[in-house]
Amino acid sequence: MEANQSFVNFSDKTSLKVALVGNPNSGKSTLFNALTGLNQKTGNFPGVTVDKKSGVVKLNRTENQEPRAEISDKSQLSTSNYQPATNSTITVEFTDLPGTYSLYPKSLDEHVAFEVLCDPNNENHPDVTIIVADASNLKRNLFLVSQIIDLKMPVILVLNMMDLVEKEGDVIDSIRLSEKLGVKVVGLSARNKEGIETLKQALLQPLPVPQYDFIDIKKLAPELIEKIAAIVKVNSDFAAFQIINNFSEINYFDKHPDKKEKIAAILNASTVDSNKLQSQETVERYKVINRIVEECITHKSAIKTESFSHKLDSILTHRIWGYSIFLVILFFIFQTIFFLAAYPMQWIETLFVSFSNIATQTLPPGEFTNLLVNGILAGLSGIIVFVPQIALLFAFIAILEDTGYMARVSFIMDKLMRKFGLNGRSVIPLVSGVACAIPAIMSTRTMSSWKERMITIMVTPLMSCSARLPVYTLLIALVVPEGKSLGIFNYQGLILMALYLIGFFAAMMAALVMKWILRSREKSYFIMELPVYRSPQWRTVGLTIYDKVKSFLFDAGKIILAVSVILWFLSSHAPSNRFEVIEKKYDSPEMAKIYNEADLQAKISSEQLEASYAGILGKSIEPAIAPLGFDWKIGIALVTSFAAREVFVGTMATIYSVGNADNTQTLREKMQAEVNTVTGKPQFSVAVGFSLMIFYAFAMQCMSTLAIVYRETKHWKWPVIQFLFMSALAYISSFVVYQLLK
Amino acid sequence: MSKNLAQLEIGQSAIINSFTDKHMALKLLEMGCTPGEVVQLDRIAPMGDPIAIRVSGYLLSLRKAEASTILVSLLAANI
Repeated sequence: MEANQSFVNFSDKTSLKVALVGNPNSGKSTLFNALTGLNQKTGNFPGVTVDKKSGVVKLNRTENQEPRAEISDKSQLSTSNYQPATNSTITVEFTDLPGTYSLYPKSLDEHVAFEVLCDPNNENHPDVTIIVADASNLKRNLFLVSQIIDLKMPVILVLNMMDLVEKEGDVIDSIRLSEKLGVKVVGLSARNKEGIETLKQALLQPLPVPQYDFIDIKKLAPELIEKIAAIVKVNSDFAAFQIINNFSEINYFDKHPDKKEKIAAILNASTVDSNKLQSQETVERYKVINRIVEECITHKSAIKTESFSHKLDSILTHRIWGYSIFLVILFFIFQTIFFLAAYPMQWIETLFVSFSNIATQTLPPGEFTNLLVNGILAGLSGIIVFVPQIALLFAFIAILEDTGYMARVSFIMDKLMRKFGLNGRSVIPLVSGVACAIPAIMSTRTMSSWKERMITIMVTPLMSCSARLPVYTLLIALVVPEGKSLGIFNYQGLILMALYLIGFFAAMMAALVMKWILRSREKSYFIMELPVYRSPQWRTVGLTIYDKVKSFLFDAGKIILAVSVILWFLSSHAPSNRFEVIEKKYDSPEMAKIYNEADLQAKISSEQLEASYAGILGKSIEPAIAPLGFDWKIGIALVTSFAAREVFVGTMATIYSVGNADNTQTLREKMQAEVNTVTGKPQFSVAVGFSLMIFYAFAMQCMSTLAIVYRETKHWKWPVIQFLFMSALAYISSFVVYQLLK
Repeated sequence: MSKNLAQLEIGQSAIINSFTDKHMALKLLEMGCTPGEVVQLDRIAPMGDPIAIRVSGYLLSLRKAEASTILVSLLAANI
């Protein structure tokens, strides 16, 4: 198999497209982070919902300089025909392709990697492909490597995690490996940032293009491969082989209908079973891989890190300790998001209040100031206030993922969650949903099954989030008497707990229903690696937080800000001169005698809200919500709390003209005193109170959540379905509760 | 002695013979479960499913339903 190599040289180029590809858990993203640092941006692969992470870095060509010896300088191939480039910079765009075990597209992620690598006309097709392999688990990693080699593209094989290999006392003969594979091999440790410079310099030197076939592909389907090659110009037999096996998956043919027809005719006429072909291919590849691994790796002794992992697994997947530890971790995460995040959230709100005060005092009163203070600043505050929760949750998730613990969570929870159409990985989003659905939904990204991820996204907002708490507190205080049951259980506390449980059960039931409704194109597998435990890297944790906060602020933030401004307009504007009429009514000496300044302002605000577009909207939906026991005042609050559920309290305070919205005591008394004009009984009866609580437990009244669902699913269909099913659930449940209790 | 992979006991090793589900087989093959490869049952999840096997030098978890499509022969040492 001695290679008769040809080289590609990029010395005349000023820019280079480099793709990183590798197995999940190969440390590919760590390497990507080490190569690009903060120069990353997240975009889209065209036409699919998979995120594309890329980063542009300028590299300096160093003349005649051998790369610094780090781990495997020996693996440099002969570069006799290499013309040293002059000192210049080259712009390299690194793209992090989704992790994949093979070039058989099964999941959406794998399909992206498949399209980009197999189709030279794809806009993301790289000049150079860096294949990242976990050197401590070389056998399985070499499978993908062997497929990419057979596409005959310029590649560099990175043997990552060399530190682990050394620690285990194993030796990988990378020169030999390089000869056997016919590609350049660079050993490094992305975690310890060792060997990164060597890799960068390797990119700038001529690269061998693999010449020989790793396995004899042609013998698997000789006639078909020839026929395909006659129609489509392919670089290799394997490319033709991939067309045979994945014909319907290749977008290229949509643009070339003539070729599509010809190939379809050939494939229809043939009796070849592509599943069998691929199985044969795999078996053949592993035969060669086994030989290579035997020749290139010298194992020293029994493996130490594994036995450490093994011991840790005995505890972390134990039927008592495993679940106990997981519960403790969940509890800790929940407490931190719920309570610790409250401080920075408070600071953010205080900061924005002082911004508003400064703006109000320095700017002339008028429409613009009103828009700036009550529309834009309030909207921004409502967006940025989520940042502490998002940052904290993702710090935990990054640590759990990075250490390898997350895979164990899936392992011990899978059987239980599977019954509800969910996955072991759904547990963290669901629990986080009790603090806030936004970071929770963002955290479903790592779920590989499309169906399970969609179900998790759809049901997570049913978990009672922290924004519902002020609403629950107010309503419980209104209709549930103080006092204790059995002398220990506080009634109000019991009802609050019941509301959280109802949310949880609703989420599980909704998941169960969706499990039957949602059709999945993907096969659901639970075939996944349990990676060796490792200590977390703070750099990865930091970059994860940065990435998530950025994507929330800039992607979902735009939508939230726009809706905030619309809601502001609705509640601060009215048709014709209704506002002026109200102001005039109260602008008289008689009124000033009856009310003090603050009361007067409160009266005006209350009447103006009633007269505003939001008020009109609230009144117009009264017939629809009357069967739930709600009047138009609640109707207005339902409209405005679309900005955030806790706005319900503030709106109620305005409607009941309580000057100080923080004074819930006064608000409660005023609401209690409210009399229903038809029945003559208190408006906030037990029936109305419970109906309203159930409504808030189920209704999708959070535009920020809808915005993030759109961001994560990249389709308006999902937030719309979510809004409709949750609204329907809320309406029907409230109706039943009200009609039963009234 | 012929069995399927889901029937192993913890610690038992076996050699992979063949697969009963050809679509599942492809996924398992690419993960390194090739005929002739030695697998060892490492552990079973607390609720009895999924299981974790050691194969090709790493730890792989899969559901029992998936494991039962792999036909194996117990290694002599285990019988």
